[in-house]
Amino acid sequence: MEITLQVNGVRRPVDVDPRVSLLDLLRERLGLTGSKKGCDHGQCGACTVLIDGRRVLACLALAVAQEGAEITTVEGLASGERLHPLQAAFIEHDAFQCGYCTPGQLCSAVGMLAEGGPSAVTEELAGEPELTAEEIRERMSGNLCRCGAYPNIVTAIAEVGA
Amino acid sequence: MKAFEYARAADPADAVARFRPGAMYLGGGTNLVDLMRLGVAEPGALVDVSRLPLGGVEPDGDGLRIGAAVRNSELAAHPLVRERYPVLARAVLAGASGQVRNMATVAGNLLQRTRCPYFQDVSKPCNKRQPGSGCPAIGGDHANLAVLGHSRACVATHPSDMAVALAALDARVHITGPGGDRVLAMPGLHRLPGDEPHRDTRLEPGELITAVALPAPPPGASHYRKVRERASFAFALVSIAAVLDVGADGTVADCRIALGGVAHVPWRAFHAEQALRGSRAGEDAFVRAAEAEMAEAVPLPRNAYKVPLARNLIVRTLLELAP
Amino acid sequence: MNRVEGHDKVTGRATYAAEYPVEGVAYCYPVQAEIARGRIAGVDASAALAMPGVLAVLSCEEPPELGADAEPELALFQRREVAYRGQIVAAVVADSYDDARAAARAVRVAYEPEAHDVMLRADHRGLYKPDKVNPDFPTDTEKGDVAAGLAGAQVTIDVTYTTPTMHNNPMEPHATLALWNGDGDLTLYDSSQGVSLGRDMIAQALGLPRERVRVVSRHVGGGFGSKGSPRPNSVLAALAARAAGRPVKVALTRQQMFDVTGYRTPTIQRIRVGADAAGRIAALEHEVAEQSSTLVEFAEQTATATRVMYAAPALRTAHRLVRLDTATPSIMRAPGGCPGMFALESAMDELAVAVGVDPVELRVRNDPDTEPDSGLPFSSRNLVACLREGAERFGWRDRDPAPGVRRRGRWLVGTGVASSTYPARRRPSQASAAVENGGFVVRIAAADIGTGSRTALTRIAADTLHVDPGLVRVELGDSDLPYAPVAGGSMGTASWGTAVTMACQDLLRDGKQGFADTTEAVNADAELARHAFGAQFAEVRVDADTGEVRVSRMLGVFAAGRIVDATLARSQFVGGMIMGIGMALMEQSVVDLEFGGFTNHDLAQYHLPVNADIEHVEAVWFDEADGELNPMGTKGIGEIGIVGTAAAVANAVYHATGRRVRDLPITPAKLL
Repeated sequence: MEITLQVNGVRRPVDVDPRVSLLDLLRERLGLTGSKKGCDHGQCGACTVLIDGRRVLACLALAVAQEGAEITTVEGLASGERLHPLQAAFIEHDAFQCGYCTPGQLCSAVGMLAEGGPSAVTEELAGEPELTAEEIRERMSGNLCRCGAYPNIVTAIAEVGA
Repeated sequence: MKAFEYARAADPADAVARFRPGAMYLGGGTNLVDLMRLGVAEPGALVDVSRLPLGGVEPDGDGLRIGAAVRNSELAAHPLVRERYPVLARAVLAGASGQVRNMATVAGNLLQRTRCPYFQDVSKPCNKRQPGSGCPAIGGDHANLAVLGHSRACVATHPSDMAVALAALDARVHITGPGGDRVLAMPGLHRLPGDEPHRDTRLEPGELITAVALPAPPPGASHYRKVRERASFAFALVSIAAVLDVGADGTVADCRIALGGVAHVPWRAFHAEQALRGSRAGEDAFVRAAEAEMAEAVPLPRNAYKVPLARNLIVRTLLELAP
Repeated sequence: MNRVEGHDKVTGRATYAAEYPVEGVAYCYPVQAEIARGRIAGVDASAALAMPGVLAVLSCEEPPELGADAEPELALFQRREVAYRGQIVAAVVADSYDDARAAARAVRVAYEPEAHDVMLRADHRGLYKPDKVNPDFPTDTEKGDVAAGLAGAQVTIDVTYTTPTMHNNPMEPHATLALWNGDGDLTLYDSSQGVSLGRDMIAQALGLPRERVRVVSRHVGGGFGSKGSPRPNSVLAALAARAAGRPVKVALTRQQMFDVTGYRTPTIQRIRVGADAAGRIAALEHEVAEQSSTLVEFAEQTATATRVMYAAPALRTAHRLVRLDTATPSIMRAPGGCPGMFALESAMDELAVAVGVDPVELRVRNDPDTEPDSGLPFSSRNLVACLREGAERFGWRDRDPAPGVRRRGRWLVGTGVASSTYPARRRPSQASAAVENGGFVVRIAAADIGTGSRTALTRIAADTLHVDPGLVRVELGDSDLPYAPVAGGSMGTASWGTAVTMACQDLLRDGKQGFADTTEAVNADAELARHAFGAQFAEVRVDADTGEVRVSRMLGVFAAGRIVDATLARSQFVGGMIMGIGMALMEQSVVDLEFGGFTNHDLAQYHLPVNADIEHVEAVWFDEADGELNPMGTKGIGEIGIVGTAAAVANAVYHATGRRVRDLPITPAKLL
């Protein structure tokens, strides 16, 4: 089926098999391998991208269902050579080791910082909760990191989110 | 994944018109795409209903009407839900991850399928997936499966958190379909496995959930509590949605209790509720109520822990809600 | 300095094995055995071959030509016997991933199943004594009279601990991209912890001279041992590319990883300790039962840390192995020490309770002057310093030893401690160094699987050359580079760093280029006990009603030689402890007794710690000056972080609740 997506600001018309996930489309057809495949079942967060500004899992999104969507991947976070503040903070705070979960962590963090509302650890449902370390940890729990970079990830996000 | 045809429906009537045997409706895809990749679901066609005009969370008399396509994250963040139905907001926030909640719809959440390990593995028998093939979970890995209402054919649990809160809140599920429109009550949308574990719900083929309506919020304090094997992003071992209203005289005026992780349906604890109503709020009554509910539990060898866990969770949650 | 590849990793430019852009690539998807033991009666590929996009189906019906002495797990499609459920028995090659995967389901494999046995039991009749344990330790050791020591002891502990199967689960699934050129040379972009060994084993499996095989692995998304030697995906990609006449990609699914990429063996460990009333150990015995497959003997060195730890006049360790209808277990972070020290350090806590001695003090009291088992002097041993420093920093001093008495709201609170150790060894390696374009290039077939070795070697080279690290570029992850051992056994930096140092020294002499082969230097190492040590402290809270356990804070204090890079080291230590928290509280692969294999083979069911599980984890260290190690004075740091963690958490759970859980993981079910 023929669809057109906006990927990192570029219009990308593609002809896709309905079975193809957005993740496989990005990685295997569009040469955007920054989004990672860690589980292919929505259980690890490595494929997190932004669709219309919201963080979602590219492995569970069928490409054909994304007609017209604006997709941002890790390759689209920096402005030219200028890193997104989260990218710079991840480097500065050693918020990764193997790097495989990193693109998903970054896209997830960008989306998370733009989200409002309570989380599962928010005491008061009314109002906007403060972005404490505990809030960051809960909100970033959809992104697994087997190297155990969590403490540094939280530090990096807290610095940018403050 | 088996090849399929894909079509996007314009409105609910168009979706129903496009439905044919072997087709499935696609919402957020967080469970269906997962199951298709595993070969558990093999629809010949997908009718995409994720962008139908079925959004919106709006006041509806004393209650609330929630569009079927509302995303879980939108639902949990909605001011009316946070203010008037905090138990629902809490339940939704306890489920999955931020990314999944951004994708998953209200209807899809209700219709998600069990995470029983055998159901998800097409190389093994499963009565739910392949009627009559057997249930290896009963003699095998059932550590996180049902202790209430299960059958010899199936010991699966329903995995939703949101549905547990909706069952406690007496939600009503609005449905359209080839046979017209109708409404199913929660609890009641989901069914116990009996001899037909392949049927999770009372929906008929081609029926489409359009909205979930909540009656006026029940009086009293409410809470959702979920016990799981890690701090976040895991299905419940046992969860509870509870609403407790204690009168000025210290007796229980009203209560709602529903349990997750224990049955094929979000389990409304009617026995416990009955035992509580009119009794003096306190640990004794709460223990009696919890035991009344769990008396009918039939644990399997490796999930017996769920009985004391559910009991403790009921008692602890009610104690926290009591004035 | 920051990680040298940091920019590439945060921008998505770091290229992992399955990500190299190749024209005309095809995709291969495996078909896995649906029985745990038996024989393949026949493979019917006709339906699959008729499906769209399908290029070839591989199976034992037409065994591809392989080398005569391929490692049995790599000898694909050579035999009709099935050794375990999930073993690769066929594979489809197709134009697209979705075509290959759909067609794989259409391959019909007929089996003649036989009764299988997949359960490790302490009384299994098949248990035997292997000739050695991984990689080359004696299977059993015995010193003094253990029976007499136990009989004469004032206090004895006799307990059995069990650890479940655990899976490494690196975030990057094992993947290989294979390309043959017109001359029959093979290039593999592979997820590998060691390209030199990988190249050798793959060449051996394919029956090719090693010169015809090149393995490239510039970025690896974690391995933790599971990518230490090639897994079937590497050979499968090569065979599929040969069959299709095109480049082929094999990317295993998460579920397939549980079947064919190795795992940590389950263990059953009996520990007996006899001590005097003051807790001084008179006799210590550690007996282990564990498993391997019917294909390959892999015997984890579970009890070897017990040979190192405490001054016991009588000391016996023993390993017994049973061959089951399972996949072959393999290396997972800190093989041996990790499960073994869970048992020993839990037992030490039980001894501390039994004799009424503080657990830190008990360990100090039993600290040996020489290596207990061998009698060799230690090159350096600062366990006591780690325990003391940790106790001070953690606020251990006023700890009330009574279990189950501290309550904070709904939580029961407790603290625990455990010791850690891991061998500090090195292996022969080569490296080259050259002046190029006004800078320095160091070449070595090392691997950076996230440990930061590219950065650490850059610093080591810069230190040796007395230049700014910015002038040094390290090339690694390519088997065409000078030979290097795998990233494993906490030996990477020690082995590679020795070669890089010597190559840079050679360059300084030559002025243009340098080369080193450290074989002679390494073989000349004096016989000494070389180990890193550490101590972990944990505070946990346990929900009194539900049994949920949270680790409120964790501190690790380590003595691991000189630390090359504080940032990298902290990440390694902390990461190890976080994996240890997973081991303590949630990780287990559930064996499917009826069908074989594992039931919970994905990341929703096999729980790794998520961000919310990790509250405060801190690592500090002593900079040891140990001249008996290597030119850098380093000990490995990749594994010791995990070693004592599970025991520290379990001991804290005991302190919080009074419940001693001897069977990992400590789930709510076990505390209700």
